[in-house]
Amino acid sequence: MKEKVFLGIDVGSVSTNIVLMNEEQALIEKMYLRTMGNPIKVLKDALHTLRDYHGDEIEIIGVGTTGSGRDLANFIVGADIVKNEITSHAIASSTYVPDVKTIIEIGGQDSKIILLRNQIVCDFAMNTVCAAGTGSFLDRQAARLGVPIESFGDIALKSKTPVRIAGRCAVFAESDMIHKQQLGYSQEDIINGLCEALVRNYLNNVGKGKDIQAPVVFQGGVAANKGIKRAFEKALKCEVYVPIHYNVMGALGAALLAQKELKKTKKTKFYGLNTADVDFQVKGFECSHCPNACEVVGIYKDGQLAARWGDKCGRWSNIDLDSPVA
Amino acid sequence: MKITFPHMGTTYIPVKMMLDELEVEVVLPPKSNKKTLELGTKYSPEGICVPFKIITGNIIEGIEQGADTVFMLTGCGPCRFGIFHALQNEIIRDMGYEVEFITADRFSNYQGLKEFVDQLKEASSSNHYIKILKTIRKGLKLLNEVDVLHDLGNKIRPKEINKGEVDYLFSHYENEIRKSYGYIEMMEITKSYQEKIKNVSINKSRDCLKVGIVGEIYTIIENYINFNIERKLGNMGVEVIRTTSATEFVREQLDFIPFIRSEKKKIYQAASLYLDIPIGGHAINTIGNIIRGVHNEYDGFVHLLPFTCMPEIVALSILPTIEKEQNVPIMSLVLDEMTGEAGYMTRLEAFVDLIQRRRELKNEGKSFSWY
Repeated sequence: MKEKVFLGIDVGSVSTNIVLMNEEQALIEKMYLRTMGNPIKVLKDALHTLRDYHGDEIEIIGVGTTGSGRDLANFIVGADIVKNEITSHAIASSTYVPDVKTIIEIGGQDSKIILLRNQIVCDFAMNTVCAAGTGSFLDRQAARLGVPIESFGDIALKSKTPVRIAGRCAVFAESDMIHKQQLGYSQEDIINGLCEALVRNYLNNVGKGKDIQAPVVFQGGVAANKGIKRAFEKALKCEVYVPIHYNVMGALGAALLAQKELKKTKKTKFYGLNTADVDFQVKGFECSHCPNACEVVGIYKDGQLAARWGDKCGRWSNIDLDSPVA
Repeated sequence: MKITFPHMGTTYIPVKMMLDELEVEVVLPPKSNKKTLELGTKYSPEGICVPFKIITGNIIEGIEQGADTVFMLTGCGPCRFGIFHALQNEIIRDMGYEVEFITADRFSNYQGLKEFVDQLKEASSSNHYIKILKTIRKGLKLLNEVDVLHDLGNKIRPKEINKGEVDYLFSHYENEIRKSYGYIEMMEITKSYQEKIKNVSINKSRDCLKVGIVGEIYTIIENYINFNIERKLGNMGVEVIRTTSATEFVREQLDFIPFIRSEKKKIYQAASLYLDIPIGGHAINTIGNIIRGVHNEYDGFVHLLPFTCMPEIVALSILPTIEKEQNVPIMSLVLDEMTGEAGYMTRLEAFVDLIQRRRELKNEGKSFSWY
């Protein structure tokens, strides 16, 4: 008898995360892959891997997709539910930490804050114009210091003397950091200063005006960094929980939503793991029909046009219409 | 003389009609698009708000298509908008174009109105005062009908049975109106589309969420820069209420005339608990319209503002207090040059999820306060 599982897919800007969750909501597989600007290939490869390793023992009975590439993923695998990442993250956290009131989520390109009261999302915010409070900022500073990002957090924890580094903007932080280096401050103090700068920026920017209450859950790729966790605890004066599956919470949320959806629909829309063998191609063109000049994208399944999007007027969603040849 | 003027949503319809009626040749710039933004950004100061950039782009595109005169509103008071025309005049000159700027100061008193009429008279040398005044009245009427059509669309869209029907009608409406000329024809088309929208088959029993759009007027009305937020929400099944329209804006200017009424007093009254003096732009309208919407049981508000918009930044700082005291969700979206829609879609979807869940709890009879 094959084990019945739910598939959760989170296609983000930096990483694509995939989880398999069983009916008891326990995680049986997780994959954290780099999207590398090619979500279709990453997804297909992941499906290949799933088939090779688990094909014989599992039966996928529901699929949820989330992340900025959720519609594309839905098109490729056939999802039962397509949900934005804010709702997905909230569902995952409140399932594993039932009384959570604040979720801090920091990923590669964006950071969010989600406030829950009585297990309901009551407010949220995402960074808008600046990336200084995100993972990319840390990545860049780690590279400059010649420290592998993985050990960044451990080094920060060794710091004894606080060093203040400007966190307003990545460029300011960088010059500030260099000046402090030249004055001879130790590397661990500077790294710790960077962690605190990121946290300060996050709280001033994304968390501005938000009523942050404990329990606080910290998730997303950056939650691996113990230095940041400690900086948050210091700033918020409360304990910050990092869930075990902190880096795949979005995908886990999608799987949980799929489970909920399947209770209603009973039958999955999943195309099956053999989708891994289907050839997908994407071709875009700029529509010249009106001054909007929409960038239209068409996706081809085994050479056949299967869907088109990106147009404001809906003209090209009629797939019987031929794409203009560039 | 060939005259051009910048876009703001569908306000071009009555403006073009008025100039048609006065027998002035109009060069209508293309609807705001990527190229407009590119041109505008290239020639505008870096730190200025996105409305300035797009308006500059519109003007340049109009001139490129042969216009020799630019019509632009101005006025001391609202915000930086008051100096747009002066700055744009300089920019256009630096680009080497020889064009005339006709500017109409805010017409919030008889003197201002007279100057506006004089400007129009100058632009259309052969016309009589009476004809000009009649044309202005026609302009106001058409403006109103265009806004009625727009609001009708917002009401019907979330309930339509065949998805996309309202959007389809709107794109046809704009195609037809662009080809039309003068008051009678434009009015006829607008009225006929009002009927068509009313006849779209709808699911009457659908209980839609209600979301009010508040904020800076240009970002509310110009759907190129707000990535068609009304459509997006409408197609998610949300009834969108645009709290400000061009009609209301014009009425607020003209309400010194006895027979013209605006909502200004009521809005200011509603806002007074949090902000009791107009501070420029639409800050006080933002606050007042949220409070009025709360009284009308809207489920939530989306607050739109251009990046660096001073009046709305003041409003923004008041919103957390309102959210708390009035127990209502408000989401602010800062708009600038970004054309990637995915991030905005995520926020909108999550916001709709949030208010949907709140509505469900309310219907289950649980009173629900977050604080």
